[in-house]
Amino acid sequence: MGQVIRVGIADFNIAKSPDILTTLGLGSCVGVALYDKVAKIGGLAHIMLPDSKQARGGQNPAKFADTAIPLLIEKMERAGASRIRIVAKIAGGAQMFSFSDKNLQLSIGKRNVEAVKLVLAEEKIPLVAEDTGGNFGRSVELHTDTGKFVIRTVGHGIKEL
Amino acid sequence: MRDEDIVSRLTEAQLDALKEAGNIGAGNAATALYQIIGKKIMMSVPRAAVIPLSEVPDVLGGSEVLVAGVFLRVLGDAPGSILFVMPKDSALYLVDMLMGRPESSTQVLSEMDQSALKEIGNILASSYLNALASFTKLTFLPTVPALAFDMAGAILDVILVELGQLGDYALLIETRFQAESAHVEGHFFLIPDPGALSIILKALGVGDNGAGN
Repeated sequence: MGQVIRVGIADFNIAKSPDILTTLGLGSCVGVALYDKVAKIGGLAHIMLPDSKQARGGQNPAKFADTAIPLLIEKMERAGASRIRIVAKIAGGAQMFSFSDKNLQLSIGKRNVEAVKLVLAEEKIPLVAEDTGGNFGRSVELHTDTGKFVIRTVGHGIKEL
Repeated sequence: MRDEDIVSRLTEAQLDALKEAGNIGAGNAATALYQIIGKKIMMSVPRAAVIPLSEVPDVLGGSEVLVAGVFLRVLGDAPGSILFVMPKDSALYLVDMLMGRPESSTQVLSEMDQSALKEIGNILASSYLNALASFTKLTFLPTVPALAFDMAGAILDVILVELGQLGDYALLIETRFQAESAHVEGHFFLIPDPGALSIILKALGVGDNGAGN
């Protein structure tokens, strides 16, 4: 059993087998798990917003889909992963609060998921599994020995991708 | 000066002014709550603080703690959002009191319980906004609240995302309510929209750090 490495909000990290990467309480945020099964190197990002270009400059790049994912891939490559073997699994992007007034609807979760998929496609990383949307929170674990991606919820069970 | 700069450079005097408005609002809210549930509610002095975004979930005891969150938008002169968060036990305790059931009898929230919790959030938010309105002479109009019952981290996303578009820090005006039996506590977050914080500060008479607008 490896160490458990926690990834905070708007942060990312990598780990090698047999360590486990985890991030807790994803609501509208998206957890992006990248994995190279040959090198057994994993990366996990807790993404908060879709696009750094729509925000003020000079902020933490780990916060945005468009900047966090390329940086995470780079970090994995430096640790010995190969870009052509990396695959992605994602979870999160829920809408925690729903309003009867559609003008107040917060669609950030959906936009986060769309942005993550777009960036993965641009980086030519195949998305092999996802558990996104809904109106509930998720905590995720990436097991770097197997690439297993475990999603825990409150009242919506446990899933393994 | 932009709000994101204001948030990271708030002076002691400005934080005190926000804290004082929070204090009075919380006092009103505690009175309202007392009138509803018929039990005395103690109110501890709120904290107004600027904290890094990543530390916000720790205020509630961690990302995975189960909480009830009531979220509403505030329209009017200085628009923004309000999030009122209660730990699971506090929320269930309040529901039992409101519905006239024996303590600890509720484990799962029914439709009715959920609307009771929304109503509590509504009353608290209105009390707070009334105080802020009388301090600032600004108009605040709360919308119908929405409720979620889930992990703290997931619920807090709703405010982190709004704040995260502006910068890496959050302005937290924290308020705690405690019933006699110390079962009830809640945290109150006021998140002004871009531009609204400087309007509020100006109206409170502790304007812009002299930096112009």
